[in-house]
Amino acid sequence: MGQQDGGSAHVTFRKVQKTYDGEHLIVRDLNLDIQRGEFLTLLGPSGSGKTTCLMMLAGFETPTAGEICLGDRVINKLPPHKRNIGMVFQNYALFPHMTVAENLRFPLAVRKLPAAEIDAKVKNALAMVRLEKFAGRYPQQLSGGQQQRIALARALVFGPELVLMDEPLGALDKQLREHMQLEIKHIHENLGITIVFVTHDQGEALTMSDRIAVFNHGVIQQIDSAEALYERPVNSFVASFIGENNALNGTVESLADGCCQVRLDCGARIEAVARNVSGVGARTMVSVRPERAFLADGEGGGNRFSAGVKEIIYLGDHVRVRLDLVGGHDFTVKMPISQLDRQLRSGDQVVVAMAAEHACALDPVVDAH
Amino acid sequence: MSEPIAETAAVPLKRLLQRAERMKKLRYGALIAPLAVFLLLTFLWPIAALLLKSVDNPEVAAALPQTVHQLSGWPGKELPHEGAYAALVSDLSLGKGSKTLAEAAKRLNMEEPGLRSLLMNTARKLPLASDAGPRESLVAMDERWGELCTWQLIARNASQKTDYYLLAALDLTRDASGEISRGEQGDSVFTEIFGRTIWMSFVVTVYCLLLGFPLAYLLASLSKRSSNLLMVFVLLPFWTSILVRVAAWIVLLQQGGLINHVLIALGITDEPLQLVFNRVGVYVAMVHILLPFMVLPLYSVMKGISPTYMRAAMSLGCPPFKSFWKVYFPMTVPGIAAGGLLVFILSMGYYITPALLGSPKEQMVSYFVAFYTNETTNWGMAAALSALLLAATLLLYVVYNRLVGSATNGAPQR
Repeated sequence: MGQQDGGSAHVTFRKVQKTYDGEHLIVRDLNLDIQRGEFLTLLGPSGSGKTTCLMMLAGFETPTAGEICLGDRVINKLPPHKRNIGMVFQNYALFPHMTVAENLRFPLAVRKLPAAEIDAKVKNALAMVRLEKFAGRYPQQLSGGQQQRIALARALVFGPELVLMDEPLGALDKQLREHMQLEIKHIHENLGITIVFVTHDQGEALTMSDRIAVFNHGVIQQIDSAEALYERPVNSFVASFIGENNALNGTVESLADGCCQVRLDCGARIEAVARNVSGVGARTMVSVRPERAFLADGEGGGNRFSAGVKEIIYLGDHVRVRLDLVGGHDFTVKMPISQLDRQLRSGDQVVVAMAAEHACALDPVVDAH
Repeated sequence: MSEPIAETAAVPLKRLLQRAERMKKLRYGALIAPLAVFLLLTFLWPIAALLLKSVDNPEVAAALPQTVHQLSGWPGKELPHEGAYAALVSDLSLGKGSKTLAEAAKRLNMEEPGLRSLLMNTARKLPLASDAGPRESLVAMDERWGELCTWQLIARNASQKTDYYLLAALDLTRDASGEISRGEQGDSVFTEIFGRTIWMSFVVTVYCLLLGFPLAYLLASLSKRSSNLLMVFVLLPFWTSILVRVAAWIVLLQQGGLINHVLIALGITDEPLQLVFNRVGVYVAMVHILLPFMVLPLYSVMKGISPTYMRAAMSLGCPPFKSFWKVYFPMTVPGIAAGGLLVFILSMGYYITPALLGSPKEQMVSYFVAFYTNETTNWGMAAALSALLLAATLLLYVVYNRLVGSATNGAPQR
């Protein structure tokens, strides 16, 4: 996928494995190159191995096999305090017995910098997160968002080139979280540092990242830009994990020029892009994004199915129509309010259509996991 | 819309709230009332009564009411007038053979040895045989009746309250003129005992902390299963009687005991060490008994400290040991404070362990409280020592709280 050139890689994972009990691999054969200055997000459900990867990079866990390189240097045996990697923790881990300023001074004092330099850096870091006035406060006197920003400032104040973030926004409410996402993104752009960000919130991942690595069962399923992940998922896990997804199971009937005909289990036929099918006769899952399907009237090209309206859900900026596709598939169509036919009621019969290029034929979902 | 409601309903609303709250308060009050009454009757009242005993001085006033009355305006510079002697004769004749007089004699004898016999003998020889005045007759009977200090002593004890016991517990006394001074022999029995009590408690607390801190840390960092198992061992001593534990220590530590055997077998020492009936034995047993009181508060504080703090410190470039010292340790200070205070205060009142495992040089204040109540029935001294022990403990608590409190103020636990 283009990241294998290795020359400018900031961090490299080579065949890394990790097991805690000697029986189950939490991380299986991880190969990953993180570019200098990149914002990479590790995304996955809990237990998928993403946090373990981060902890191995930070030095709090040792890989069972394989090696991790920082630049050209293998850091498997380097203790965490010698790695010079900034880290932001889930619950901030601000030291409660120190003031904000003392928290920020801590990494600088440990490095035995001259006092004047320390003061200047602390001031700069506080200015960066716009909390200059709070230097004398204790962490518990700050709000969650403020603590978050101090934790960020502390991870950056000693000038690390690599900063790790372990679900740092998980404890914030939605509005603050979205605000912080942009703030972190801007800090990343301004400082040009490499950030590895762990989250299970795909919205967060899509907002902030240059690339996203989707983890499942200790393996990276796909590592790509947000757009590629959403539009061109390589397998059914990624398709269903990122964004909403209508999954239609069926069997490949014919395959030509990257397109395939799939006979769905309900009997209908659908034309789709063959992205991950093993051949004619194989089981497959066709993925259609809800906003790529639409309700059509009359005849026309592309895939068309008749369906019964089960439910119409009004969501302010858009409306969601739940359908019963012929043969019993659940199917959701998402459309702008302006396109909604006001006469539509549940129980009505409609035709749902989608272009072949927006239907992806992927690996079958059942046997895969 | 809410304004009129607030205006018209403010008063009744407040009253309604009060009524509702009052019912709740009454219900809570009723729940704790039995305990409150129990504590009042069995704890607070006896303590208060005992503390009052330390200044209580009814004996002389009860036995010599007329004398006391006559002496009430006496300046105390020269011998009292004839009336006082007459009153004394009258008091003594009335009280002859009574318990009141005996107690007054005992009380005066505490301050001036020999006064008991003076009083009792004088009473026995009454009524006066000669026609001479009471003063002349009494002085003739015993020349001490002609000495100023005897009368000063009676006058000093005329009041219902005295500071004699409290002063005595601090090795102080009032001389004939009523000034506070060091005891005549210049001895410092009780100050030494108080100093020893505080020092021994301090040493026990330090040892408990040194032994308990790593243990609590281990407990807090182990898995729940193993830490529960280990906790049983920590609490095991609580399940046996303190006497059994002390006896066990005597068996282990004595000259022919297990520990000396092992030390000799290992060639560490040639002859048995004196490990018991001295301070070593007292320290060993007290630390053993008090260790759980240190471990439990420490453990509960450490359990609440997330391991992320240490990780955060290390990720910021701090080596592990320094991280522990700079980040983890300060967060345990509330636990150290609580555990230390608990152990220290409990040690201050220790009695049985030093009494059984120590030599006379290891006896603490409580031993002398027991001595005065059980052996000499001197309630005044026992109460004065208790009151001073309580005061010392409270004083130390205040100082300690100021020191440790200021250190932990900045770090309230989340």
